[in-house]
Amino acid sequence: MNDSTLSDAPTGTAGTGLEVSGLRVTYPGKPPVEAVAGVDLGVAPGQIVGLLGPSGCGKSTLLSAIVGVVEPDAGTVAWDGVDVTRTPIHQRGFGLVFQDGQLFPHRTVAGNVGFGLDMAGVAREERDERISELLDVVGLAGYGAREITELSGGQRQRVAVARSLAPRPRLLLLDEPLSALDSELRGRLAADLGEILRRFSMTAVMVTHDPREAELVCDRVVRMRDGVLL
Amino acid sequence: MLRRRPLHPAWWALALAPVAFLGLFFLWPLLTILGRGLVVDGHLDVAGAWEVLSEPRTGKVVATTIWLAVLGTTGSLLLGVPAAYALFRLRWRGQKVVRALATVPFVLPTVVVAAAFSALLRPSGLLGHFSLDQSLAAVAAALVFYNVAVVLRVVGGTWAGLDPSTVAAARVLGASRWRAFREVTLPALMPAVASAAAIVFLFCATSFGVVLVLGGTRVSTVETEIYLQVNQFLDLRAAAVLSILQLLIVGLALWVADRARKRRERATSGRRLDGTRAARRRDLPVVAMILVALGLVLLPPLYALVERSLRTASGHGFDHYAALFQQPGRSILPVPVWEAAVNSLVTAALAAAVATVLGIVVAHLVTHRSRRSALLDTLVMLPLGVSAVMVGLGMLLTLNRPIFGVNIGGSWWLVAAAQAVVALPLVVRSIVPTARAVDPRLRMAASSLGASPWRVWRAVDWPLLRGTTGLALGFAFAIALGEFGATSFLARPDRPTLPTAIYRLLGRPGLENIGMAFAASVVLAIMTASVMMASERMRTQVGADL
Repeated sequence: MNDSTLSDAPTGTAGTGLEVSGLRVTYPGKPPVEAVAGVDLGVAPGQIVGLLGPSGCGKSTLLSAIVGVVEPDAGTVAWDGVDVTRTPIHQRGFGLVFQDGQLFPHRTVAGNVGFGLDMAGVAREERDERISELLDVVGLAGYGAREITELSGGQRQRVAVARSLAPRPRLLLLDEPLSALDSELRGRLAADLGEILRRFSMTAVMVTHDPREAELVCDRVVRMRDGVLL
Repeated sequence: MLRRRPLHPAWWALALAPVAFLGLFFLWPLLTILGRGLVVDGHLDVAGAWEVLSEPRTGKVVATTIWLAVLGTTGSLLLGVPAAYALFRLRWRGQKVVRALATVPFVLPTVVVAAAFSALLRPSGLLGHFSLDQSLAAVAAALVFYNVAVVLRVVGGTWAGLDPSTVAAARVLGASRWRAFREVTLPALMPAVASAAAIVFLFCATSFGVVLVLGGTRVSTVETEIYLQVNQFLDLRAAAVLSILQLLIVGLALWVADRARKRRERATSGRRLDGTRAARRRDLPVVAMILVALGLVLLPPLYALVERSLRTASGHGFDHYAALFQQPGRSILPVPVWEAAVNSLVTAALAAAVATVLGIVVAHLVTHRSRRSALLDTLVMLPLGVSAVMVGLGMLLTLNRPIFGVNIGGSWWLVAAAQAVVALPLVVRSIVPTARAVDPRLRMAASSLGASPWRVWRAVDWPLLRGTTGLALGFAFAIALGEFGATSFLARPDRPTLPTAIYRLLGRPGLENIGMAFAASVVLAIMTASVMMASERMRTQVGADL
């Protein structure tokens, strides 16, 4: 059995990245809904994959199952050949950017970006340095002390991206990160997002229903419909 | 040019009814208490009031009141918060039944709760050999039994609406389950917990029946001390001074509760969503543990009450219930218990009718927000912040002498008036939100079609308010049925209500009397619970065809 954690996971550059095979997720109900109906997906290290499809096709569920928020009924999720399907969410080392940001309302901007670093027990100086580095990257330098409620929608999503990148995840999953924004802002932020992800050579999967957005950010696009990849 | 401000004569004419009612049966009695406490022979006598306050007995009573409230609040939170998780955040089959059972204690009259714990803790009871009778622990346990439902309602509602994605966000960033709870869930829950704590503290600090029955002569709080000063030492002045003290304690608790409520409203101003999740196999141990703890607090007193009401000298039977229809010894109770039950029903029906009619009028008057409607709203809500004991004492002090040549002292309907004062705020609170939710354009449409204001109300407001009004009527009836604080001051000995009869019987020696008290408590509990359930049903049925 594999009991992989962030610390003892292989870190070599020769890794194979993300491998999803035969993944199935069924929601209970009458009748039960098979949201993900047997998906195989591989993402090489450093690659950014766009997952495109109409709403309700199961793409968000697939993402949730990869990150561990939803338990799959069958299939495996592996990283660099190590099965992580049974690894608890907080030990997988995968980051997730939510559609609506999900920033913690009771923490400041810096408190949000630093959350993952706090969980990892990073020393204070290193933490503060990393926070200002990331705020700089997402174009919010000097915003650390602000309250979340003072930010605009676009700024919030920038904070959400910075927060996910801070603990150096092995894989970043983005669930329609720009869909809550108005269209002009979306185009600009999409270009920025692609640049940021490449700068950190992130391996990433981004869910979207906008082909133009996928083109701006991703290296490769896969389409999904009715729970399966086309 | 000066423009005369409109006087709204019609509004004030309608407002006359509730204002006159509350003025006569609430404000005047309350002011009389203040006068009795602070004024002697026509001038202010602070030194005399201070004398009462500085007595060692007063200090002890205040300390007990606060200590009991702290114990009751802590216990309710320790049990209620985990239970809110199991009963509101998780979903599982049979949950609705458990939720309904857990809220039963809150609708039980205080005397019934007191009788149930008494049945459990008496020397012959299930836990009799721990000699907890008349102990602080017994009273605190009864307060927890009573108030867990409040914590469940307030915290459970908030917990069910918390976005689970926020927890997922913390987990993805490397937080373990426990850390995610501490760092994300707990801060989001805190305003609701604080709000529930403030309300429970208030209920505990003003609890009367439970303390009077279970505390006996050994545990007394400000509320029971007021009663003792009146009924045993006949010292109305000391009672008045203590009432002023209690007013301050309650005012402080209300202020804290209001601040907590505002914080909660700010914190939950975001969208409401369904944050519940189906329970999984691995939730089982936690849920089971919580349910067992809840069951251990809620079930034994109820079981003991029913068992004791059936226990006779020679085994078990319905003897005590049969005795409810016979005349007990004159010194014990001047009328059979069934007559007290009839008194209760008649009084509660009158009280509920008065409270509901006044409630509809007040709701209509405060639907449009304005300064005068805010004033009326405050006046109507005032009785919430004044304990029932004080309402009773105040009416005893003012109305026990002829007014305008009419002697109304000792009239049975004074009890109904007091019960209506106690129920009115809750009636108004349940009708006003529905009244405010009626789209004002509907009224405009009706009046533009030629309907008079009365016809507008009849044709637009009333059909939409009917369901809520039925519910409010039921609540008012149930509250009046179980009302003990004010009633204990006003009900004449020869015309007891069911709660005062139970209190008398509990205080008399002899297996028959105690057994009758328990049987009468079961009857009262069934009466109240069925009224509550009937009105809840009415609401859901009406809600269905809206």
